[in-house]
Amino acid sequence: VASETVAVGKQSSAAHGTEPHAAAHHGPANLHHHFDDLEQQRECTSLGMWSFLATEIMMFGGLFFAYSLYRWLYPEAFHIGSQRLNISLGTGNTFVLLFSSLTMAMAVHYATESNTQKTVFFLSLTWLLGAAFIGIKAVEWTADYREGLVPALNWTYFNHEEGLRELANKPIGPQNVMMYFVIYFSMTGLHAIHMVVGLILVGAFIRLAARGHFNSGNDQPVELLGLYWHFVDIVWVFLFPLLYLVAGFFPPWWGGGGP
Amino acid sequence: MAEHHAAHDGKEHGEAHAVHVPVYVYYWNFAALMVLLVITLVAAHLKLGEFNLVIAITIAVAKAVLIVLFFMHLAYSTRLVRVFAGAALFWLLIMFALTLGDYFGRQSASMPGG
Repeated sequence: VASETVAVGKQSSAAHGTEPHAAAHHGPANLHHHFDDLEQQRECTSLGMWSFLATEIMMFGGLFFAYSLYRWLYPEAFHIGSQRLNISLGTGNTFVLLFSSLTMAMAVHYATESNTQKTVFFLSLTWLLGAAFIGIKAVEWTADYREGLVPALNWTYFNHEEGLRELANKPIGPQNVMMYFVIYFSMTGLHAIHMVVGLILVGAFIRLAARGHFNSGNDQPVELLGLYWHFVDIVWVFLFPLLYLVAGFFPPWWGGGGP
Repeated sequence: MAEHHAAHDGKEHGEAHAVHVPVYVYYWNFAALMVLLVITLVAAHLKLGEFNLVIAITIAVAKAVLIVLFFMHLAYSTRLVRVFAGAALFWLLIMFALTLGDYFGRQSASMPGG
């Protein structure tokens, strides 16, 4: 009995408070000690994620700024460079990513409902769509490489007569089109890195969800993962028109060139 | 006071859990995003000169707003969370406005890559 009393005394002094710690630990199991209640904890955690997304916006913002400046300076170079991209694949990827945002929103929805089966299903669907995006992007980049449009690795497009003909009577040189592709690969590359990180996270969350880790009392991790995923989707929503639709989409039967 | 207390109780109960809206909100949001995707492709066909860029960016902003409001639940978030989201956008505007203003304002200066 005496040793028990000593143990309780130690615990209470370790809690830095007047209340005995072990005895005072009431409230929901998912409430961390430094928050008053779940409401405060939830908002605080959300703010943390939004702060992180703000830094992400600034990081991508630098690239978007570089894009704006160079497009303003060399519109013809962006016109020519953009025409080398595959609009069909770009459109397909936009669809894939918007669809994955829907499935991610559904996964969050069912995590909140403690529906393990549907949470796992929609997270898995999100993962597959994200992987499809990376796959399509890999196809595009391979085609760019074969055409000689990758600065530093294989920049041979303008070594040929056909390539140089596109620059005839234009106030720009190959180096200006190269800047378009430097910006294109920087932006889509950084975006793809974010997609890969997203895939790793979603993969880990599928495992956790399958073990019943998420339920109405512990759904916020899925919600925060969703915020990240939707953010990466939004970046692509801007990249698509800015990189692919510069010259307009003019199929052969349309007649005439770009705007 | 009693009313306030009741509202606070409701809030405490509601917001300790995640935002929970009917799934049709997500379906409609996705449908709207698809419509905007089609519009942006059609608009890219039209020869409108500078307006092509204006339309493309306007549609992209509209898509981003839909995603932020409904998929990211900002339409149902607390004011403080909305302030944080808005702050990110505000900093971005500062960067663009001040830096582009500098480049636009001195045309005689040598341009990078020029």
